[in-house]
Amino acid sequence: FRIMAGKVKWVTDIEKSVLINNFEKRGWIQVAENEDWNFYWMSVQTIRNVFSVETGYRLSDDQIVNHFPNHYELTRKDLMVKNIKRYRKELEKEGSPLAEKDENGKYIYLDFVPVTFMLPADYNLFVEEFRKNPSSTWIMKPCGKAQGKGIFLINKLSQIKKWSRDSKTSSFVSQSSKEAYVISLYINNPLLIGGKKFDLRLYVLVSTYRPLRCYMYKLGFCRFCTVKYTPSTSELDNMFVHLTNVAIQKHGDDYNHIHGGKWAVSNLRLYLESTRGKEVTNKLFDEIHWIIVQSLKAVAPVMNNDKHCFECYGYDIIIDDKLKPWLIEVNASPSLTSSTANDRILKYNLINDTLNIAVPNGEIPDCKWNKSPPKEVLGNYEILYDEEMAQSDGPDRDLRNRSGQSAGVKGNRARDSGKPVLTTWK
Amino acid sequence: KKSEHLKYIILSLRFPSPCHPAAPPEHMKEPLAYMRKAQGSWEKRILKSLNSMCTELSIPLAQKRPVSEQKELLNKWNEMGTDEPDLSLFRPVYAPKDFLEVLMNLRNPNYENGEQPSFRNHLGLIQVPLKVKDIPELKEDFSELGLNIGQLGIDDSAQVPPEFFENEHVRLGQKVLAEQDSAAAQQYVRQGCPTALRADLWALILNISNQPEDILYYEQLKSNVIQHDLLVDSLIYKDVKLTASNDDYYFVFEDYLYQVLLCFSRDTSVLEHFTYSSATPPKSYIQGKLGMEEYAVFYPPNGVIPFHGFSMYVAPLCFLYHEPSKLYQIFREMYVRFFFRLHSISSHPSGIVSLCLLFETLLQTHLPQLFYHLREIGAQPLRISFKWMVRAFSGYLATDQLLLLWDRILGYNSLEILAVLAAAVFAFRAVNLMEVTSLAAAE
Repeated sequence: FRIMAGKVKWVTDIEKSVLINNFEKRGWIQVAENEDWNFYWMSVQTIRNVFSVETGYRLSDDQIVNHFPNHYELTRKDLMVKNIKRYRKELEKEGSPLAEKDENGKYIYLDFVPVTFMLPADYNLFVEEFRKNPSSTWIMKPCGKAQGKGIFLINKLSQIKKWSRDSKTSSFVSQSSKEAYVISLYINNPLLIGGKKFDLRLYVLVSTYRPLRCYMYKLGFCRFCTVKYTPSTSELDNMFVHLTNVAIQKHGDDYNHIHGGKWAVSNLRLYLESTRGKEVTNKLFDEIHWIIVQSLKAVAPVMNNDKHCFECYGYDIIIDDKLKPWLIEVNASPSLTSSTANDRILKYNLINDTLNIAVPNGEIPDCKWNKSPPKEVLGNYEILYDEEMAQSDGPDRDLRNRSGQSAGVKGNRARDSGKPVLTTWK
Repeated sequence: KKSEHLKYIILSLRFPSPCHPAAPPEHMKEPLAYMRKAQGSWEKRILKSLNSMCTELSIPLAQKRPVSEQKELLNKWNEMGTDEPDLSLFRPVYAPKDFLEVLMNLRNPNYENGEQPSFRNHLGLIQVPLKVKDIPELKEDFSELGLNIGQLGIDDSAQVPPEFFENEHVRLGQKVLAEQDSAAAQQYVRQGCPTALRADLWALILNISNQPEDILYYEQLKSNVIQHDLLVDSLIYKDVKLTASNDDYYFVFEDYLYQVLLCFSRDTSVLEHFTYSSATPPKSYIQGKLGMEEYAVFYPPNGVIPFHGFSMYVAPLCFLYHEPSKLYQIFREMYVRFFFRLHSISSHPSGIVSLCLLFETLLQTHLPQLFYHLREIGAQPLRISFKWMVRAFSGYLATDQLLLLWDRILGYNSLEILAVLAAAVFAFRAVNLMEVTSLAAAE
């Protein structure tokens, strides 16, 4: 790999200090989009243009961008579900033990997304499911929006009449993606801590999909609702109770600007170990890592594994009161806004560690490199799954022999130097 | 036989040194007259402050709640944190730094201090001649913390194979729990508790079993809270809002803190600890009956007036116990065994005065240059470390480390480790501290 002289030239269309400070501290040079650049941290709108058929953009070997061209296969709520369903069916067809089902027909290892339907397309299927459990609550989410915008809860069919009409009248007219919704079974028994509901935000860096190589940021956090959780139907409209998005919580009366309702994942681990025991806690974290990897494997076949790309995703996960983790969604552009001082430090370090992995040595990149950074540059990242390494470990690992040592916050518990423990499950 | 054994252990833990049979009861509280006097003056000041706040704000110390308010509070019991009473006019009755000023002025009237402090004299803020241990004595007392002995939090880190220490230590802990051996548990936790076993080990050491009668007692306290409003409730609210609610680790448990502390204020069983504490519960009189003993009540009912940061004694326990009644009992026992010594004036080796002197002596003896330097720049070390010790480091250490520290408090039945840790922090930062030129920079 040739060492190229000169400083990295960077562009961004996201004016966030955590980004810019990181570029500047590396001595990189800011340039304009139409100039020669090496590193472009783009918004998702821009990536659409860069890789669109019309512009016919060709990236050269010394250019890197922070999104995969069709990341939406993972980050759009409807496509994520579609890809996971497809992946499960494929595994089932090939008789893989991963696709094993229990006596109720539920996947044992791959049931990690709440039952979801697309609206209006699957309206009738949804109604069938709804009627099986008429007292259930469902959450409606617009496919293309973020930050909790446009989300609402329903517990009566009448509340989504509009989609019923649309489904009848427009079977052949493709809905504009702006109006498409997903409707998912609402997890109304979330694990509560201090009586409050929370979700987990975890950062996952993918440097390549084929072979899959991904890293988990150790410093994820729990986002707590400022208002006490109540499943009571009268509170369905109170978004402060139900949605944990910081963008929404920030406007609640009790929002605190020192901690911002955010709790380090290490605190969650300590609390669960202390109150529930080590085995169930390890199992939970192990399962969380598992579902992240499975979601990536599900989209890997359809992902455009462009060698100029890497991506840092924001995974949203909810844990229910039986300590089962559920994947809610994956964000391509996790917020880089800092709501508190701690937050700013965390996001600054996140970008720093991400850049250290994606742009080795901070030098002008050569996208032909093997994308295998040395252990020392990982910072707060840990290897979550490395397909190449897993394959070289030997083909006959038992599925159930998943190491109890997860990429928990205590750091690398790898006994052999450098071998990431999580790759023991294939 | 076992319960007799247990009773003996509990009594000996609470009353460490047996008194001469002819000693008056106040000696059990505090043998030194000048200390008793100083504590008495301090208490008068606190009570005066509380009474004047009461008068200023025209709020009674206690009043019965109207039925509608009772109903409302009962509904909100699990989410009192969302209540936003107007607390702007309330101020904490005192903060640790006020207490430090009092301790700095303590003098033994029988002791000739002389005009000029010399090298021989103590250069710190505490100027009373209490006996404190030196390093050799501490090493002996805390022998299980020796370098050649395994410790959780250090010898179970990722780089150390668990076969070396961790696995065996965890097995031993499970055995101690299985046998419900309180004395063995106390010995065991000196090397730290495995996180999964800590809640049960502490309960075993503190003799908390959460029987139905304990749960009933807690429910009764809860109904006292519902029925009567106390002025100290507002002080508690204010304290929680100022401290725990803003803490990265503890904000999640805000509601539990109210559920514990409001009940705590009404718990008259806490009055028992005053037989061995240097403090005396403040007395108040039913309106119009000043001085008439038959109309005297302790105020608050548990005799403990909270100060700024008090809620931080409870907060770390929320990581271990999520059942309110158990959380309550554990806290109460921790308070009457340990925490009360951190905010009362006494000569007890685990009392705050001794801890301060121990801290200053350790630092002056082993890091004299640093001590002298800090003193010269107006940054007396105790001014920095006092609040750490008064709070038993709660809010100043990450929770996992704090719990490892409190393991040792329970294991050794002593608070001396707080002073040793405080000195160790200064030793650890000595190089940087030698460079600073102001108290603020040192902080």
